Amino acid sequence: MSSRTEEAATVTEPAENLPWALWARQVLAILKLEVKKNFWGRRAILIYLLALLPVLLFTAIALIPPDMGGRNDPAFFNMMFANIYEILILRTVVFFGCAWIFMNLFRGEVVDRSLHYYFLSALRREVLVVGKYLSGLLTSLTLFVSMTFVSLVLLYLPLGYSTSMQHLTAGHGLRYAMIYLAVTALACVGYGAVFLLIGLLFRNPVIPALAVYGWEFINFLLPPVLKKLSVIHYLQSLLPLPLSEGPFAIVAEPSPAWVAIPTLLLMATLVLVFASLQIRRMEIRYGGE
Amino acid sequence: MNEASSHLIVFDDVSKFYGEILGVNRVNLSIAPGITSLVGPNGSGKTTLMNLMTGLLRPTRGRIHILGIEPDRPEKLFRKVGYCSQFDSFPGGLTGRQFISSFLGVNGYERREAEELSARALERVGLQEAGDRKVAGYSKGMRQRIRLAQSIAHGPTVLILDEPLNGLDPMARAETINLFRHLASEGLHLVISSHILHEVDMMSDQVVLLNNGYVVAEGDIHGVRDEMEEHPMQILIRCDRPGVLAARVFEQNAVVEARLHVDAHGLFVKTRNPDEFYLLLNRVVLENRLNVESVAPVDDDLNAVYQYLIGSEGGNPS
Repeated sequence: MSSRTEEAATVTEPAENLPWALWARQVLAILKLEVKKNFWGRRAILIYLLALLPVLLFTAIALIPPDMGGRNDPAFFNMMFANIYEILILRTVVFFGCAWIFMNLFRGEVVDRSLHYYFLSALRREVLVVGKYLSGLLTSLTLFVSMTFVSLVLLYLPLGYSTSMQHLTAGHGLRYAMIYLAVTALACVGYGAVFLLIGLLFRNPVIPALAVYGWEFINFLLPPVLKKLSVIHYLQSLLPLPLSEGPFAIVAEPSPAWVAIPTLLLMATLVLVFASLQIRRMEIRYGGE
Repeated sequence: MNEASSHLIVFDDVSKFYGEILGVNRVNLSIAPGITSLVGPNGSGKTTLMNLMTGLLRPTRGRIHILGIEPDRPEKLFRKVGYCSQFDSFPGGLTGRQFISSFLGVNGYERREAEELSARALERVGLQEAGDRKVAGYSKGMRQRIRLAQSIAHGPTVLILDEPLNGLDPMARAETINLFRHLASEGLHLVISSHILHEVDMMSDQVVLLNNGYVVAEGDIHGVRDEMEEHPMQILIRCDRPGVLAARVFEQNAVVEARLHVDAHGLFVKTRNPDEFYLLLNRVVLENRLNVESVAPVDDDLNAVYQYLIGSEGGNPS
């Protein structure tokens, strides 16, 4: 052990007159730590398994295509994808994947008893919220947008190269694909903010997450005003091929894209602002967790 | 916040309740630079005080200032404060060096500067060679030292250490105590909690004794002892004829007990007024021509103070 007299007090402190530059550095440092953990930590296994589900399903469809009487009808494949996308990808994989990733950003660290290292750093807690959220976003976007893309590629495999290319370039294929990728990304933005807040507020976030799932699930039964208090309403409004919601559904006008996209972004921002206010009051009491 | 208190750690009527459970109550403290030890049994409030100082907990009542900064401003506070907590857990997958430099990055340091500071901190705690190994493979003592390195890496002026000697072998303990002394000599505030009383006694400038969430005594250890007038001080006089001395000591009203040492070459005297007793002792020695080998208080240490004030076995209160 050294007892050298040189002192770290001589260290140049980060320039406080440039808070944006400092905050950017801090966010990058948080991203570096968190993204590594999100992708390679033991908790990552579940999101890989979730992301594999649609890929496996579309691989199976590619290997054993549905019998269409010898016709290669892109419209059939589009409708099939629309159903699988909404039920499996959007409502299951992205929803629960985001729940797992974003709730663990704070709650996972409380369980691991390592959140205090952030709280003991010269770091505004609001910056921590932003850094953690961005790390979750980067992780979820990488995984789930890639998963959607691979699913789309696998979808068109049974059509053959020429039909697929024709559908993509001359038909709606490319536009639809871009919309699905964008909706997946927006789902990560919206659900990510909600689950980050839940992970921050609740010791056991599973029950609130299931409550959110229930709310999103019964969205088709809600009156139009309440429908708008959900993420799925805006995501469904953006989908290129709306699905029938059954005889009991209360039909509401979908929100146009110029409303749905800013609303989702605004909602995510407001949730993050609220999370930032909450984290300022947060205490570290691992023993009480 | 005046100029003087901008150099102090100040607790102003601070209480912390966990629901209905008392953490600490009505704590008023001003901690000056040097080594200050928090001593008390489990649940006495040591860690609560440290967590309040660092903003990990928020006081139910009262205010805290660390060198003039409130703990709810971490972006300012932790430029000056380092906290080595008791939580023996780490972010997964990092080496010791990465652990330190990553959190220096979170503090806002550029990569190169963070690496230099990490190397220096590792050197100060003697972990240069183990720095590139995964923290998950460290022994308990190494984990303790890597946490210490992380808390000092950014050059804080206030260092808060919760049981920092736990898990260290005797050599590392001695070296760590030397490091603390060295840091204190540079003008740092060191606030240390420990249950190894003789080590606290060796290294502390000030002690704060806690019990059941209350500060029961504070100050330098001898000062605390002097303030306890109701508790007699025990003095051992090694001399050739302790029986003669024993016959005379009760001339002083403050003497409450005299007991011969088992080897018959010493006398234990308990007195409520040591200064007056020393005058009497001088007189008796001169009058009876006693051959005195030594005179020393035998309970003027933290252990004794602790037993008096808290009534627990001082050797291991925590």
